[in-house]
Amino acid sequence: MTEERTLMITVANRVAVLARIAGLLSSRGYNIESIIGWRTEDPDVYQIHLVTRGTDEQIEQISKQIQKLIDTIKVVDISHDKNSIIYEFALIKIRAHKNRSEILDLAAVFGAKVVDATRTHVSIDLSGPTQRIDRFLDLMKPFGIKEYIRSGHIAITA
Amino acid sequence: MMTGAEILVDALKREGVDTVFGYPGGVILSIFDVLFRTPEIRLVLTRHEQAAAHAADGYARATGRTGVCLVTSGPGATNTITGLANAKLDSVPLVLISGQVRTEAIGSDAFQETDMAGLTRPICKHSYLVQRVEDLPQIIRNSFHIARSGRPGPVALDLPVDVAMAVLDSYAYPEKPDLPSYQPPGRGSAGQIRKLASAIRKAERPVVLAGGGIVSAGACDELTRFLEKTNIPVATTLMGLGSVSDRNGLFLGMPGMHGRVSANNALMECDLLIGLGTRFDDRVTGVLDTFAAKAVICHVDIDPSEIGKNLRTQIPIVGDVKSVLKDLLEAVEPRPPDGWNRAVREWAERHPIGYAQDPDGEILPQFVIERVGRWAPDDAVIATDVGQHQMWAALYVRHRRPRAFLSSGGMGTMGFGLPAAMGASLGCPGRTVAVISGDGSIQMNIQELATCTLNRIPVKIIVLNNSCLGMIRQWQELFYNGNFSKICLKERPECRASCTGHRPDCPNAFWPDFVRLAEANGMPGLRASRPAEVDDVLERGFETDGPVLMEFHVRKAENVFPMVPGGKPINHILLGGGIDP
Repeated sequence: MTEERTLMITVANRVAVLARIAGLLSSRGYNIESIIGWRTEDPDVYQIHLVTRGTDEQIEQISKQIQKLIDTIKVVDISHDKNSIIYEFALIKIRAHKNRSEILDLAAVFGAKVVDATRTHVSIDLSGPTQRIDRFLDLMKPFGIKEYIRSGHIAITA
Repeated sequence: MMTGAEILVDALKREGVDTVFGYPGGVILSIFDVLFRTPEIRLVLTRHEQAAAHAADGYARATGRTGVCLVTSGPGATNTITGLANAKLDSVPLVLISGQVRTEAIGSDAFQETDMAGLTRPICKHSYLVQRVEDLPQIIRNSFHIARSGRPGPVALDLPVDVAMAVLDSYAYPEKPDLPSYQPPGRGSAGQIRKLASAIRKAERPVVLAGGGIVSAGACDELTRFLEKTNIPVATTLMGLGSVSDRNGLFLGMPGMHGRVSANNALMECDLLIGLGTRFDDRVTGVLDTFAAKAVICHVDIDPSEIGKNLRTQIPIVGDVKSVLKDLLEAVEPRPPDGWNRAVREWAERHPIGYAQDPDGEILPQFVIERVGRWAPDDAVIATDVGQHQMWAALYVRHRRPRAFLSSGGMGTMGFGLPAAMGASLGCPGRTVAVISGDGSIQMNIQELATCTLNRIPVKIIVLNNSCLGMIRQWQELFYNGNFSKICLKERPECRASCTGHRPDCPNAFWPDFVRLAEANGMPGLRASRPAEVDDVLERGFETDGPVLMEFHVRKAENVFPMVPGGKPINHILLGGGIDP
């Protein structure tokens, strides 16, 4: 069964390491749903969290291929790890004329923070599991979403 | 005080490099300048950078050492791409050093600038862009280590001209690679090896499939000892040919699309399949879901990503196949030959490969290849190009020792043969090196005839000239209703579309004239047009001291059999006269 999978990849912080990982997935026929990378507290180590789709066998194969890269330190598939927290961050800009208070109420229910407001719009910062963000975006749709940005999966293991 | 170029050349010497294949150009001149004053390293000028890469590859395949190729930026570098991809698919250790524009010009579309680090990423084991001269010594040390360790492969090292000319105050070649995240597997798990030993004890119909990994690991003796103790029949892939002597009674030959019936039947009927240093390529397995369907699969490979990639595997063993075989030899019990061995032998006896050479007819290519075995010394290295002749060579050449049959397996690169033979010849002085090629393949790197003559590289070049692209002709005959589209290498605009390629009135029935091409390049050319002339040409050719080209006008309509059509199980075999499972 094909499903969304989140891989935590630890690599040596070398030139073009993100391009290597992204290139490997595309050259082996995998789509990247999201990818995010940053330098860790150890300046020689870089962390990448990426989301792709595949069956168990496909994810095992792509994990092995990533592991095989000279700069890869560790690959962990945390999709089924109950103790991992998989989060996304989203910034959402919503049209807000008459319904401003309704929007703010709903945001409060979701624990979202208003980070900016103009006469015509409010901008909201929301973090949480993917489904939670999907639901909030659904609720906001009728008001008119001007734009939104999602970080893709980031995760932390227990 | 040393420049980057001097450091590079010193490092090559420390890595034991004695031969470099290359072509000069603007941004690599500082290195050519240092090599000009370095008699310890022979710098061979090929006539095309692709040939330099293939020559380095052939050198590596024949010697087991790392091949080195040196080219300039832009077109010089991109011309090596096919050679790198070829080495990657066949796991050949190779280091490419390409020049690059000045670091501050990178990204500006400067003259002869190409993103080589980016281009080589998917077709090399690893690639480097050297940004500071301080990093250069460690990067060279790492490159050679990566190329030859674990599963070998090509490494691309892109060196900007200003880094090559920069000066480093103090330099010491690093003793160790600095690659904390790269640790190739060593010994296989003892538990898994015991599991395999027990599977062998229980198996009634075991088969070994040995691949190129056996050769890379230097595990041929271990394999032979294991086979002798267990009497398990063995098939070897194209890359594994020579890992077991073809005189060994357990040897079934090569399986797959053009494999022997006995090898294919054994793989389809076995109840235990032990894959050793092989990747279950589609040319070997045919349709995957029917391949070895009754078997427990054990797969030994140094590359974990190969295990389970194509085939479900019940006993995976990640490790160096040499050490795994050593451990297995201790763990396994002797197994006497039995009914399974007899059944496999019977397939071999019932379906020998063969051809019928009419002494008064056209020369058959198989006949020429078989006679090469008569005139080439026992320890000759035979390189091939790609196409029908390659499969006939795999079937009809003697396979007695490893690293003596050099063929582009994974990539199927036409034009590989001649430069690979050049590299092998320079790597193995004193040994006879021949290339078996076709009129299609040889023309893809024909310019290297000059390199052979001028550098006195004594390659024996055998051109089986059927005046067409034979393997394509075969596929068009069998699968495209005989519509021969662009297979004739002497086709002209005025040719009729209805031509089947067999018209006796065709002008220049064989074209070009390879004997004159050889002579124009300063080497003798010999030709046989009738079967009676074959032995004479081969005898004279192999007795020639330097390079020589032997052209054989062979039958065009000859097809390679056995053949398994694409998308069929490998026991669905065309033998030339129908299907015989």
